[in-house]
Amino acid sequence: MAFQHTIKDHFRETRLFASRAVLALLISIGLMIVLLVRLFDLQVVQHDTYAVLSDKNRVHIRGVSPTRGLIYDRRGVLLAENLPSYRLEVISEQVDDIDATIAELRQLIDISDDDIAEFKQDLKSNKRYKPISLRSRLSDEEVARFAVNRYRFPGVDTVAHLYRHYPFNGRGVHALGYVGRISEQELQTIDSDNYEGGDFIGKTGVERFYEDLLRGEVGVERIETNAQGRTLRVLNRDAPVPGLNLYLSLDAELQRIAEAALGDNNGAVVAIDPIDGSVLALASMPTFDPNLFVGGIDSKTYSALENSPDQPMFNRAIRGRYPPGSTVKPFIGLAGLEYGVIDPNVSTYCQGWYMLDGDERKYRDWKITGHGPVDLTQAIIESCDVYFYDLALTLGIDRLSHFLEPFGFSDITGIDISGELTGLVPTRAWKRRTKRQPWYPGETLITGIGQGFFLTTPLQLATATAALASYGSQLRPRLVAATEDPDSGEKVWLPSTPNVAVPVGNPDNWAYIIRAMTKVVHSVKGTAHRISRGANFKIAGKTGTSQVFGIKQDEKYVAEDVAKKLRDHALFIGFAPVDKPRISVAVIVENGGSGGAVASPIAREVMDYYLNEILPNEALPVPAANTPANMPVNTTQAPIP
Amino acid sequence: MSLFTARAEVLQANRRTLADRLHMDVPLLLCLLTLAVISLFVLYSASGQKIDVIWRQAVRLGAAFFIMLALAQLNPASLKRWTPWLFTLGLILLLAVLFAGDTGKGAQRWLDLGLFRFQPSEMMKLAVPMMVAWYLSDHPLPPNLKRLAIACLIIILPTLLIAKQPDLGTALLVASAGIFVLLFSGISWRLIIASSAALAACAPVLWHFMHDYQRQRVLTFLNPEQNPLGAGYHIIQSKIAIGSGGLYGKGWLNGTQSQLNFLPERSTDFIFAAYAEEFGLFGILALLAVYLLVIMRGLLIASQAQDSYTRLLAGSLVMTFFIYIFVNIGMVTGLMPVVGVPLPLVSYGGTSMVTLMAGFGILMSIHTHRKLLPR
Repeated sequence: MAFQHTIKDHFRETRLFASRAVLALLISIGLMIVLLVRLFDLQVVQHDTYAVLSDKNRVHIRGVSPTRGLIYDRRGVLLAENLPSYRLEVISEQVDDIDATIAELRQLIDISDDDIAEFKQDLKSNKRYKPISLRSRLSDEEVARFAVNRYRFPGVDTVAHLYRHYPFNGRGVHALGYVGRISEQELQTIDSDNYEGGDFIGKTGVERFYEDLLRGEVGVERIETNAQGRTLRVLNRDAPVPGLNLYLSLDAELQRIAEAALGDNNGAVVAIDPIDGSVLALASMPTFDPNLFVGGIDSKTYSALENSPDQPMFNRAIRGRYPPGSTVKPFIGLAGLEYGVIDPNVSTYCQGWYMLDGDERKYRDWKITGHGPVDLTQAIIESCDVYFYDLALTLGIDRLSHFLEPFGFSDITGIDISGELTGLVPTRAWKRRTKRQPWYPGETLITGIGQGFFLTTPLQLATATAALASYGSQLRPRLVAATEDPDSGEKVWLPSTPNVAVPVGNPDNWAYIIRAMTKVVHSVKGTAHRISRGANFKIAGKTGTSQVFGIKQDEKYVAEDVAKKLRDHALFIGFAPVDKPRISVAVIVENGGSGGAVASPIAREVMDYYLNEILPNEALPVPAANTPANMPVNTTQAPIP
Repeated sequence: MSLFTARAEVLQANRRTLADRLHMDVPLLLCLLTLAVISLFVLYSASGQKIDVIWRQAVRLGAAFFIMLALAQLNPASLKRWTPWLFTLGLILLLAVLFAGDTGKGAQRWLDLGLFRFQPSEMMKLAVPMMVAWYLSDHPLPPNLKRLAIACLIIILPTLLIAKQPDLGTALLVASAGIFVLLFSGISWRLIIASSAALAACAPVLWHFMHDYQRQRVLTFLNPEQNPLGAGYHIIQSKIAIGSGGLYGKGWLNGTQSQLNFLPERSTDFIFAAYAEEFGLFGILALLAVYLLVIMRGLLIASQAQDSYTRLLAGSLVMTFFIYIFVNIGMVTGLMPVVGVPLPLVSYGGTSMVTLMAGFGILMSIHTHRKLLPR
């Protein structure tokens, strides 16, 4: 700036610095006095308190694990419980020689090499004053043996704890999920104050999705221990908050029936109540035993499960993507009516095959001789492919896919477990984007019968069927119906969440399609006629058979000749009772062959049990909170005897 | 002043004593040695009487003292000349760490140089105040606003780079070292108060923009005892140890060392609690007295320094030393949040010891290289 300031004035600067240095010294002394005051407070004023606390005893701070919430089915059957057992815990800072101690312990109690390896791993990632589990689920004898020899093992003790148990083993495992020990990565990502290494955390299914509710909150305990680390007394305690109990909308017995009906086959059954979106059954076969995972599964068993060709850990109900086959025909028929491109009373002649203009290729009907003249109702009843080739072509792929999308075929449903996949409704844009090819008319044809690129999951089929049954109203499917506070017993019903409804053009069209689907079951020519026998309610449904591999143009598909793995999948969708639908079912039997023969009886069994055994006995009417605002006119609450 | 200049004349003429030849400042050296001895005694007890811990600490102390000796031989003028180079090198290394650094314990702080690992941020604890002093010293003090702004830039740049590693603790220490230089350079009190107020005003704005979980983290950080299973555990144990020491302490080796459980990570920071337990309030008074002597001697050396660069640098080094003490003891007694600052020279190991002793070496160099100034 000004010229006169460019010359340093050393004396002035020295004095300036000296004054600041003195100030610095004074501030330092002042702050030190602050510290001394604090120290005086601790060491003189509160000396007695602290002296007592430290004198030969120690104050130990321990987390107290909360009790995990129980899981019940809709009728109060216990699906996941906590059983008490003892485990061996070691506090490493109180143990001089870990290896020697372990060696000595092995003489009393069975400790496997896997246990030791895991223990050593936990040791590294935890503080030395934290107890680490060495072996869990001690038998009574082992507990007794240790108790007698306890004095030899400072820093080691048996501690009671709860472990998770699934009394029904694999039943409903894909919906229920299981818990396991928390891993390093999980500890990083979640609120780690509520968890410690070795705690249980939900890994899949409901156990995981509702982990926050089930877990509760950790409590804190201040205990006084002697020099050996033995607890003398509890100084104070912040009680843990137990997790909430959950009531699922699943029924244990219905689930059993669904799984048994699938038998030896791989496949899935999804049953939903259209009134509130409750998932009544979510079966995926084969299943596996979740109890194996709770204690920590050994690698051999795990590899066996993972590498099994039937893939038991794969949740087919929400992740299996299959071509829906003929089950989409009602939806396509409805598209034709809503867009006004067909007259339901006009018949098309089906000769067993169909050809496009200017194309040599014959698109075949499953019935080689053809169905003869069929109108829309007959085409649905007998599942005529040729009618729907034609209808699909008339609609065009754009209108077709546009109509199907609101039914949820290209979205996830939002069910309350994770891992859901969506199917695929092919569109022109999709094909251009993923395969960089234009759309061919032949592909429209096969989309019209639910083959080709078209894929759906069993859950999507069930929810789309429910939407059809309820005249477009859609609810998010959910497995958990209510929570219960274990202390107060207060039960809170969770409300249903509506999804975006399917726009309804003319409700008469919907009624028409539903009538046709009813005839699929109840008319003699219906492909699912066999399940109408003895039914005390009207069922609307549609069978489907989806190709696993194609056969040449003129070959005949003979199921017995084709290896089981390559046989068609058998599908069925349906809902009942037709006038007031309370259950919508989607069944897929992998490589089952015929939808009518194999898949529909499963749906019938499930419907029977729910409508005849469960609903009539449900004392509670559907709570008002569960009835969404836009329910169609023709649904009512459960009949009360 | 004239008495000192006379002594300096005589010393310059004779250069007889060993201390002079080694460029050692005796009072400072004695205090530091006292601290080193205290360190060994306390560690012996706190480690559960493990000789090899003491041995390792002694080796570290020896190395640190050697570095102090080496730096004391340097002429401050040379140090001043090298300053911009060192600072630039430091910046480059910091950038290197960010892009090619080793992630030890989840933060990129180290450069693995094969033989050993080097923490450039540690070096910046010295390089930043040196650079700021270098920049400000060739012009009249206090600096005008423009020069002040550039000085701030010199501080902010490495601070941000270190904070990005992320190493917030070291970043703050580096920034504070630079800020001390600014404070000593005589900027007006009005300016100091205004900028403090501005910084304080930032806090509620920052608070407003934080997410809930970030706020929770800050609250937990500020009040660790709310978190008895996590960071609060050590504070609780530490207070018990300190409080139980009383006026006279339990005596050497009589602390319930199980109280603190010599954990390699935290014991470096909580060693004061072990000292307090064994030597009581009077022991603490003695320790603080030694620290105070170091500070007084340091500030005296700074005041007697003969040019601005050395003055400013020395002042900053001494106050940084004080900050370590204050923050560590504050943390251990539950007054301040847990930040991971070791107790100078007494804590077990750490690169901080080397940096601190290097700083003292510079102080001694400044003091013992004074030339006679014609009046």
